[in-house]
Amino acid sequence: MITDRLLRVLILADYNTRVVMFGTVMLGVAGGVVGVFLLLRRRALLADAVSHAALPGVAAAFMLIMAFGGNPRSLPLLLLGALVSGLLGMGCVLFISRFTRLSQDAALGIVLSVFFGFGIVLLGIIQRMRGAPAAGLNSFIYGRTASMIRSDALLIGTAALVVLVLTVVLFKEFRLFTFDPGFAAGDGWPVQRLDALLMTLVVSVTVIGLQAVGIILVIAILVLPPATARFWTDRLSVLVLLSALIGATGAYVGTALSASIPRMPAGAAIVVSHGALFVLSMLFGTVRGIVHELFARRRLARTTLKQNLLRALYECEEAGDVHSAETQWTYLMHTRGWSIRELKHAVRLLRLDQAVYRSPEGQWLFTESGRVQAARVTRNHRLWEVYLLEHADTATAHVDQGADFIEHVLGDALVAELEKAVPRFGKVVPNSVHVIGTRGKRA
Amino acid sequence: MNNAISSSRNTMHESASSGRSVSPESVALHVRDLTVAYYRKPVLWDVDLDVPPSVVAGIVGPNGAGKSTLIKAILDLVPHASGSVEIFGKPYRRQRRLVGYVPQRESVDWEYPITALELVAMGLYRKIGWFRPVSSPYRKQALSALTDVGMADFAHRQISRLSGGQQQRIFLARALVQDADVYFMDEPFAGVDASTEKAIIGILQRLRAAGKTVFVVHHDLETVREYFDYLIMLNMRIVAAGPVAEVFNSENLKRTYGGRLTLLDRAVDAMGRTPG
Repeated sequence: MITDRLLRVLILADYNTRVVMFGTVMLGVAGGVVGVFLLLRRRALLADAVSHAALPGVAAAFMLIMAFGGNPRSLPLLLLGALVSGLLGMGCVLFISRFTRLSQDAALGIVLSVFFGFGIVLLGIIQRMRGAPAAGLNSFIYGRTASMIRSDALLIGTAALVVLVLTVVLFKEFRLFTFDPGFAAGDGWPVQRLDALLMTLVVSVTVIGLQAVGIILVIAILVLPPATARFWTDRLSVLVLLSALIGATGAYVGTALSASIPRMPAGAAIVVSHGALFVLSMLFGTVRGIVHELFARRRLARTTLKQNLLRALYECEEAGDVHSAETQWTYLMHTRGWSIRELKHAVRLLRLDQAVYRSPEGQWLFTESGRVQAARVTRNHRLWEVYLLEHADTATAHVDQGADFIEHVLGDALVAELEKAVPRFGKVVPNSVHVIGTRGKRA
Repeated sequence: MNNAISSSRNTMHESASSGRSVSPESVALHVRDLTVAYYRKPVLWDVDLDVPPSVVAGIVGPNGAGKSTLIKAILDLVPHASGSVEIFGKPYRRQRRLVGYVPQRESVDWEYPITALELVAMGLYRKIGWFRPVSSPYRKQALSALTDVGMADFAHRQISRLSGGQQQRIFLARALVQDADVYFMDEPFAGVDASTEKAIIGILQRLRAAGKTVFVVHHDLETVREYFDYLIMLNMRIVAAGPVAEVFNSENLKRTYGGRLTLLDRAVDAMGRTPG
């Protein structure tokens, strides 16, 4: 039954669903776009303070409407109240952190709690007013989409559109001042006014999100989409687009869930959807996603291990004083200070690559391709050593370690440059700058 | 203001302009009575400066002497309690187009999603103007500035994947495309590698040769004679300002750096022996 309902919701079969969906998706897009710059400005928690600060505004607007005999459920008027007190709250945060010695996080905590507390007090008063339909107000705290009507959705859509247009038009200016406000101001840009505009956009999105997502959770639609998108791109323009898309997706999925599962509040469903997208991106994102990073690290560790063994075997062969499986094993363990386990692991990896095979006597010998690889690895290592010795004033004792670390990440371009910097070796493998072999210093 | 202070200021002013009388147009930077305070603690106090054009001027002083604050106050980035700043004889606010700025490298978030090329292009925003995107001629200009600082190969790299020296170079490239007449650089030599240091010195020399005036907040006293031809010695107030040869001596160093003297004397001795 739920799947039936979910399907009807997903294909937007009902008028009401279409209205609500339009509202929340537009909200998701606006939140995603503005949120990018909010995060880059490092003011994420300001949005939280703003949304909490909106509550007394909503309550006060409600009381004023009641006093003048208007419709106390009129969303635009309530949101106007929210906007005013949200801006006031933000102003208080900036005022406190600028003119006192309190830090901004303290200012945020103070404003958030005091405004919210004041809002709750006002709600208490409203509940004792006669004939006041106060029940609707509580939905601002947790958010409720059921009450969203066509004009509400249009209001959200219009506000979102204004936010989008401003962000696109001022993209360059926003990038400049969120990245380097000092430079921007020195360059003659009105940084404070741009900042005020950005914060006004943040407050606007927060306010239009109050009805659907609620005071407590509205910060999520500003913070989660850009944070999620950041795991997929290093480019700001792509980040903005992706964040908008993620914002819309989370809103769509959340709204659909809420519409098809009884008693599922939309705000919470949207935030949970965003949360799921965030966790997935954090794990699997291509830009510093955790799994991606782990694989990259593991790959580097494996390459390093394999290359070290290739070079050790090559140098062992060069030294020419290894004649049995036993002396070879001892030599290998001594050169790198490997444990038996590490050495066995490395040998297994090389064998999988078909770079080495085991002779009938039990020695490990290069295959043809293995020898080519080993010669290349050894050559890169020694070129790098010589380069460090000649160009970087490094003490001989440190050269080997430095060469060890860096050579594994050398690309073809860098190797070509190395060859240019140390030209006299041509394409041969240069002699090592150390004494090599079992009779050498490491024996 | 009492007489003692104003007379001592006059003395300093004379030493600052090294006795010459100068017309306002021939002064690249003119600062009068500049005072900056954070809360009630003064950071800069009654700063007067007259710096001629086409010099590379070092700003030195101990930690907390107000070197960065001096630059920021001149650029109107921190509020002043009092004072006026003129660039080539006109108030700073009207001369902003003539001024370029290289902030401290630590002042920005290097994880910001932006490439080296996009960062350098920021120096052109003023020319591009409001609302317009960065079009391809501007991108080419930014790329040629990157080439100037030896960073063309890194144009499309995200800035966190650059070394400290490389980051400093693109900061400089951004200032170069601003095409300013007066530059303010906040510790461009801090934490850079030897080759970047050489590249920066090359840029400073080219700027001077092109008639630009450059102010550089600097820490390393050993390199003062080599890098600068003008020196501002600062410790909340201007201790001395003038051509390096005239003001860079042990007496002024003592007055600038106060207590920590024994090593300084030896450093100054050593510097006196090095030619140049």
